[in-house]
Amino acid sequence: MRNFSYAQATSRADAIALLQQPETMSIAGGTELLNWKRIGIVEPARVVDITGIPDMEGVEALPNGGVRIGALTKLNDVAQHALIRDAYPVFSQAILKAASAQIRNLATIGGNPLQRVRCAYFRAEEPTPCNKRVAGSGCSAVAGIHDKHAIFGWTEDCVAVHPADPPVALAALDAAYVIENAKGVRRVPVQDIHVMPSENPAWHNILGNGDLITAIEIGAAATTSAYLKIRERESFEYATVSAAVALDLDGDVIRRARIALGSVAMRPWRLNATEQQLVGQRIGSSEAVAAVDAGFVDARPLSSNAYKITIARNATLRAIELAARAA
Amino acid sequence: MSDHPGKISRRTFMRGTATVAAGVAVIGAPTEAGAQDLAPSRFSSSVTVRFEINGVDHVLDVEPRTTLLDAVRERLQLTGTKKGCNRGECGACTVLMDDRRVNSCLILAASTDGRKITTIEGLADGPVLHPVQQAFIDHDAFQCGFCTSGQIMSAVGCIAEGHAGSNAEIREWMSGNLCRCSAYPQIAAAVEAAAGEIV
Amino acid sequence: MSNLGEPVPRSDGKIKVNGSARFAADQSLPGQLHAVFVSSTIPAGRVANIDTGLALGLPGVVRVLVAGDLPPLHADFNETMVPPLATKSIPMQSDEILHEGQPIAIVLAETLEAAEAGARAVRATYAPAPYINPEAAAPDAVDPERGGYSYLDASEFLKGDPEAAMTSAAHVVQAEYAQPTRHANPMEPSAILASWSGDNLTVYDSVQHLPAVQANLAATFGLERAAVRVISPHTGGGFGVKGYVWPHELLAAMAARVMRRPVKLVLTRRDMYGMVGTQPRVTQEIRLGADSTGKLVSMTHVVSNVTGLTEDYIEFATVPSRSFYACDNISNLQLVRRGNMTLPTYMRSPAEGPGSWALGSAMDELARAVGMDPIDLRLASYAEVDPVSGDPWSSKKLREAYALGSERFGWRSRPAGGTLDGHWRIGCGMADCSQGVTRFGSTVRVLLKADGTARFESSLCDVGQGPATIFAQVVGEILGLSPDRVHAVTGDTNLPPAGPTYGSATTISTGTALHQAATAVRDRLARLCGWPVAEIAMRGGSIVRGTESRTIEAVLSEAGVSELSGDGALEIENYADAGLPGFPARSFGAIFVEVGVDPELGLLRLRRATGAYSVGRILNARTARSQMIGGIVWGWGQAAMEASHFEPSLGRWHAKDLANVVLPVNADIPPEIDIAFVDEFDPNAGPLGVRSVGTMAATGVAAAVANAVYDAIGIRVRELPITPDKLVQG
Ligand SMILES: Cc1cc2nc3c(=O)[nH]c(=O)nc-3n(C[C@H](O)[C@H](O)[C@H](O)COP(=O)(O)OP(=O)(O)OC[C@H]3O[C@@H](n4cnc5c(N)ncnc54)[C@H](O)[C@@H]3O)c2cc1C
Ligand code: SF4
Ligand code: FES
Ligand code: FES
Repeated sequence: MRNFSYAQATSRADAIALLQQPETMSIAGGTELLNWKRIGIVEPARVVDITGIPDMEGVEALPNGGVRIGALTKLNDVAQHALIRDAYPVFSQAILKAASAQIRNLATIGGNPLQRVRCAYFRAEEPTPCNKRVAGSGCSAVAGIHDKHAIFGWTEDCVAVHPADPPVALAALDAAYVIENAKGVRRVPVQDIHVMPSENPAWHNILGNGDLITAIEIGAAATTSAYLKIRERESFEYATVSAAVALDLDGDVIRRARIALGSVAMRPWRLNATEQQLVGQRIGSSEAVAAVDAGFVDARPLSSNAYKITIARNATLRAIELAARAA
Repeated sequence: MSDHPGKISRRTFMRGTATVAAGVAVIGAPTEAGAQDLAPSRFSSSVTVRFEINGVDHVLDVEPRTTLLDAVRERLQLTGTKKGCNRGECGACTVLMDDRRVNSCLILAASTDGRKITTIEGLADGPVLHPVQQAFIDHDAFQCGFCTSGQIMSAVGCIAEGHAGSNAEIREWMSGNLCRCSAYPQIAAAVEAAAGEIV
Repeated sequence: MSNLGEPVPRSDGKIKVNGSARFAADQSLPGQLHAVFVSSTIPAGRVANIDTGLALGLPGVVRVLVAGDLPPLHADFNETMVPPLATKSIPMQSDEILHEGQPIAIVLAETLEAAEAGARAVRATYAPAPYINPEAAAPDAVDPERGGYSYLDASEFLKGDPEAAMTSAAHVVQAEYAQPTRHANPMEPSAILASWSGDNLTVYDSVQHLPAVQANLAATFGLERAAVRVISPHTGGGFGVKGYVWPHELLAAMAARVMRRPVKLVLTRRDMYGMVGTQPRVTQEIRLGADSTGKLVSMTHVVSNVTGLTEDYIEFATVPSRSFYACDNISNLQLVRRGNMTLPTYMRSPAEGPGSWALGSAMDELARAVGMDPIDLRLASYAEVDPVSGDPWSSKKLREAYALGSERFGWRSRPAGGTLDGHWRIGCGMADCSQGVTRFGSTVRVLLKADGTARFESSLCDVGQGPATIFAQVVGEILGLSPDRVHAVTGDTNLPPAGPTYGSATTISTGTALHQAATAVRDRLARLCGWPVAEIAMRGGSIVRGTESRTIEAVLSEAGVSELSGDGALEIENYADAGLPGFPARSFGAIFVEVGVDPELGLLRLRRATGAYSVGRILNARTARSQMIGGIVWGWGQAAMEASHFEPSLGRWHAKDLANVVLPVNADIPPEIDIAFVDEFDPNAGPLGVRSVGTMAATGVAAAVANAVYDAIGIRVRELPITPDKLVQG
């Protein structure tokens, strides 16, 4: 990889200031950035190590009943923290199904949503038409190999999916990222940091230079929740499709359902129509099945990934069942 | 030029503490002066790291791009740690950093100042093998042996984390280490046996 | 007591678990340069220009070698054979590009980091030519002029009149089966450290056959063999792709020659997709005809595989249909599809691996058509003799293996196909495992020392199958020593040349030579004692005759001899053969699997497996078991996930890593992998009574899995791997 110069930030303000330098990127766990540099996806001249910033690691309960997770907290530490494991099973499960045990000891929860697509054209070391590598160069996948690609919200300019697991659970939990920059602090709903190809096929997320994710905030506990990840091998693989479900139940009647799918679009995909129709339905009823089907009305397959629609639908049903069982 | 190493050590020491007590609390405010030199000169193109590897202190000047894996293999000639993919995808490079298993190919050596690293060479107690090493021999948990250093370091981490409670749990938590000779059942059995001995 | 068969722990166990075993990439020499390849990003055409300016400007980069900078191949190179040379087309001898991923420049730098950065900074421009996608190419007849692969087995075979017999068959099944290209991806990427001293070349290399590397490097530079030394004590898995000699090995030695400094080249994982071979994509058309009792009356099998443009690599997947079952009418045909790709190679398990997938599936389809249990169907056409030659097998106890495996698995009382366990539908399947035996010429020296220890010397390389351990047992057995008193000195061409460690050929080849060498030593010792060889026995470090007994130490010291040595050789005409002449040798077995399929989610998981094998004598129950488990996991990977897709518009492998190409992980493999061997001594295979073990365990598995999937959900998958898209149901 191209050499770069290196600095360690000592505070959030320090990091934000250092990141104003041209061609500068931050590094947290490094599990993405090093690979990007090796492949040639990015070649920053300067790298700011943010892992030494205090106040950005750990999990704490919020007065309103939710939790706040420092962005630098390692994936394994988030998932196994009692506050997360007990109150947000869907989130804990999603994390523990991501990557491998040793990667999760490095990877940070704040860096996780900023990982980029796994589309093999995007990850190629050889020059390859790909709008996410070189804006305007075209999309090799749309007419090429795309069996794991999007079924929702794609355009001819990019059909990739966002591969991260934890944000899918966070989307179902209506969580928000706390983002800080030189101008101040803002909160952004989890699925809104991702950029859909219709907005800009070259982009992954809305973060600009000097935007630091400092924390994640989740609202009230969601114990009746579950994460289901479908993949060819049993572990250490990205999802073909995943489903995060959080329920409020009254007996076996659904009071409220929150459902997000992973690896089906460029962001965690909330099934809004399904969620509305599920209200008042019994778990396992034909109405509940119909409600799930309603969420797939606007699913659109590519030439070789229609099977993902079936799996996603079935995975949603199964995840509802799993969540209900967690009650 | 280079950032003052003293500062880095203090920060990493604090972080180390937070890691051990993972999730207990968000650590406190920095004790350092808030006013920093924000000039580009904060960035250095050579970093001096002091770390402890296998109980021995080392001071190394590294380029920022050098990974911990390449530093231990090519600079320190600790070649027991292997490179199978250089991407985090195989686990052959697994070492312990502050007693936690990590992929050394995904770590900048520059970021390891003040850390404690254990590689496969540092596991045995003199001529006496670590129980996990012995269990790997007893269960024939390798063939070519290329993935073995990473498997063993990962297994030590797996047991320490408390994820060796059952064969199924071991298999899941050992899945970050590929073995193309496919000694998986023997590896799981070895970890299970060693866990029984260590606990 | 005999130590043969005992589960003796690996002799290299300690150095493998404490990190001190040094693999090729672990070696370093003073003054060495790190080499990183720049490789072609187009599949066909010419290199138009290589701009090295930027790269040379980077600190640490010493030189960028391009085609014109390398020495030309010496005239001797024309005499080399393909195989064991993998391919004659050596990159960087001209500007021609034959496949994507082919090296076009070598960046040499003081550090690995600098060499890697340098490789990224080299700018190449190309004059592209139209390229041929091998997967889309029309199948063509094998051309014996294109390399020597076609001489390794038969591209055509005809026995009886299969067409006529097919018309009279009571049951006919006909289907096409396909499997994708698969990369071996041993965990250790190939690596070589080359250094010259005058006109002598030494390489630390990651290989399965040292003498082949030695001979080909010698020919490359026009040297005597003795001027080239290859050192390779440990190889981190090969699975075939380190079996033959690949161009990067020659290029590294050339670079070291030009630079007059040692050059260390470690292929990247990505390089492992472009610079060494793969198991090619194979498509197979099979027709089976059976009479009303299920006995096979006709078999036709046409196979085509992709290959490169320079040589015809042939994946002899037709082998099973002419060697597994008794049938009077058989026709086989091998075809190739040529295109711009890296030349494929023998990969675990070649020939029978792909072939048994198709035939094992077709036999299951036939069993269902006839309405017979698949074991009974196989017993109806049990091949008592080799169907090709009509000669008796060296030994075959497949009936016993069927019985043993079926008993241990509970085949006859298995759950009904489709039985539910939660959302999982359970299915069981079985298939035949078999691999022909190959023997290679091999030599070994055994030395017995005055301190009562022994050592054996051979260039052989232990790639993990455990020969160093097993051979210590054999020597110990013959010389009456416990195996830990027998030391292996291996992995160096300065030692007696051994055959390769592939094709499961080591024990039968080098083992036979070893038996001879150790026996020679024993006989010498007897003569030193003045005792007739026929009357002695070796026990507990002593030579024994009737009631008399003398320690080895005493005999040697009395005779004033510091060590006794004996040489052994297995001499084979034409480099390799298939067993003792007149006794075709083949290992046999059966694999039984139980899978779970979740058709709603498209999931397929292995629940348990039993393999029962007839392989001759087992010398070490522990290493043999590990070999078989490894093979079953390979078969599972072949069945359930492994595939390298050729990107048709770019003319290259779609993914070249271990994330977008999936291989089994620990969580995929349940602990219930049951291995059993039929008690057997094969007297016609050699003095040790062994045939071959490792490679065959990966055969049959994919078929058994596909058969189990059919059993579970009634879907017949004829294209591997069996991924969610093929299983999911509304
Ligand atoms: C082999 C492999 C398998 C994987 N499998 C999975 C999987 O199954 N599921 C899954 O979800 N993930 C998976 N991952 C991805 C992994 O979880 C992410 O790489 C990781 O979470 C990224 O976090 P990091 O701290 O290492 O990021 P880094 O690599 O340090 O940073 C990535 C990017 O984010 C920026 N960044 C990091 N933190 C912040 C912050 N706080 N504020 C602003 N910018 C920031 C950096 O500047 C950089 O641009 C896998 C990774 C690998 C290597
Ligand atoms: S799908 Fe997106 S990431 Fe993949 S090639 Fe197309 S533009 Fe690039
Ligand atoms: S070398 Fe680090 S995970 Fe493969
Ligand atoms: S022992 Fe060879 S790869 Fe694991």
